[in-house]
Amino acid sequence: MTVVDTDRIVVAATRSAELNPDIAALPLTGAAPVFVKLPSGVTDELGGHRARPGRGRQRLIGVALLFVLWEAASLLGWIKPQDLAPPTAVVTTGAHLLSNGALLTALWASLQRVFWGLFVGVPLGALLALAAGLSRTGENLIDGNVQMLRFVPIIGLESLFVLWLGVGETAKIAMITLGVMFPIYVNTYAAIRSLDPRFGELADVLGLSQWARIRRIVLPAALPGFLVGLRMAMAVAWLLLVFAEQINASSGLGYLIVQAQTFFQSNVIVVCLVCYAVLGLLTDSLVRFIERVTLRWQPGR
Amino acid sequence: MSVGIVTATEPAMEFLAPSGAVWVRDLRRSFADREIVRGVDLRIAPGEFVALLGRSGSGKTTILRALAGLDGGVTGELYVPERRSVVFQDPRLLPWADVLGNVILGTQGSAAAARGAEALDEVGLAGHESDWPKTLSGGEAQRVALARALVREPHLLLLDEPFGALDALTRIRMHSLVVKLCERHHPAVLFVTHDVDEAILLADRVLVLSEGQISLDTAVEVAQPRLRSDHQFSALRSTLLAELGVDESTEGSTHTGDPIQIQ
Ligand SMILES: Nc1ncnc2c1ncn2[C@@H]1O[C@H](COP(=O)(O)OP(=O)(O)O)[C@@H](O)[C@H]1O
Ligand SMILES: [Mg+2]
Repeated sequence: MTVVDTDRIVVAATRSAELNPDIAALPLTGAAPVFVKLPSGVTDELGGHRARPGRGRQRLIGVALLFVLWEAASLLGWIKPQDLAPPTAVVTTGAHLLSNGALLTALWASLQRVFWGLFVGVPLGALLALAAGLSRTGENLIDGNVQMLRFVPIIGLESLFVLWLGVGETAKIAMITLGVMFPIYVNTYAAIRSLDPRFGELADVLGLSQWARIRRIVLPAALPGFLVGLRMAMAVAWLLLVFAEQINASSGLGYLIVQAQTFFQSNVIVVCLVCYAVLGLLTDSLVRFIERVTLRWQPGR
Repeated sequence: MSVGIVTATEPAMEFLAPSGAVWVRDLRRSFADREIVRGVDLRIAPGEFVALLGRSGSGKTTILRALAGLDGGVTGELYVPERRSVVFQDPRLLPWADVLGNVILGTQGSAAAARGAEALDEVGLAGHESDWPKTLSGGEAQRVALARALVREPHLLLLDEPFGALDALTRIRMHSLVVKLCERHHPAVLFVTHDVDEAILLADRVLVLSEGQISLDTAVEVAQPRLRSDHQFSALRSTLLAELGVDESTEGSTHTGDPIQIQ
């Protein structure tokens, strides 16, 4: 029975009492029992929530609504084009910048910086975390330093980097590298530290070699933390990239923004910002995809 | 079993060299000035199934960990086979390795996977090789742990209340499985438990640990198949319960009401 309103529930209870004299014989103390219909058929056999079909669509509609409002506000003159270009203008500007190659050149320059920053920073952070997580000496030597340096604002180091490395690519990549290292280190190290000590006992009992311990126990245990760190690192990388490119650069998305600013081209600025957002979203989905594939063993996935 | 002992003292050699699996003399262990194990002597023959009974907190796990080689803080003389396996009270499976990966953890060679699959078959889990541990029930997980212990073909199998967390029905099935596996592989077994019936059902010999010492060491003469209704069974149960300081008349024994018997 699908019981929703209270009247029917009481009716149902009374009726079952009629059918079953045992129930009727029970003294009625307090209120009649209230029934609820429990949800069923909403999860798949693995216990995960089935993606509701309307969910993605509703999110898209939400985004579309924002753009419509933005366009309407521009048409009505509430937003002046020199302050913020309307979406249609952004699209035409985007198409124009794509066709003349300016956008792709800038994207390519920016992507390279982020790539090299991650390429150096991620393994470095992970290696430091492993060294600190695997040995007391490593922990004593590394962790104190990292925990201290963590609170130095990376952006404040820009001047030092320029002093040491000049205004070229190296300074920008160095800053991204350093910024990326911290979230990777902190999260990976925390994951290794929180490893259940009973697994160490298991390794002793099974006579695992040092290498087998690392490969079979430490590395898989560190992976979830590492991936959390990676997602944070991606966000940090894009953030530092914009910053570095706006300070001094002769190429890249940040450079395009600074140029547009001097010529009051809010449409170009918005195009660049959209590019940042899309790139950030793409790298984040990439890490989430890696998580889905490599962490299937986790309960609740 | 070949006895590859390095240098054992005279009495240890006498026992181990012809046919011994475990030889322990004057085992002691203290935690912060409190002596938990107070001079335990223990001998286990190859293939012998010994149950170690004791109240919770009496030091059973401490002794088992000592025999496993996990505790560097013990004193006394201990000789154990090099090849030994432990099944803990919790299954202790690596959540990120599939069932087969857990079973063959630490075993090497190209035949490891085949042997692992064979061990899984023995514990009744054939076909579950690539399952994640999170999908297993408590009994299944403990059977995987048992397979992991057996795949190494141990000369000494150490079981620390391996079925303590399982429900009564699953436990009965695990008992017959352990009996079957021990008949086939014939390791020396030290089975730690606080359950008197479990000890009588499975063991060749029962030791009672109290006050940090072995206060009773008795062979189990109950005929196979061991039934709780057997009067020898209940006599031994009374003896053991009394030794553990349990008064049957007021407290009742642990599983006397259990209607299902191991066959
Ligand atoms: N690592 C330890 N540090 C301090 N006390 C311990 C430690 N291990 C065990 N003990 C103590 O030793 C006693 C026996 O423990 P244990 O051998 O685990 O008992 P059992 O397995 O018989 O229940 C307990 O009182 C426990 O508190
Ligand atoms: Mg214990």
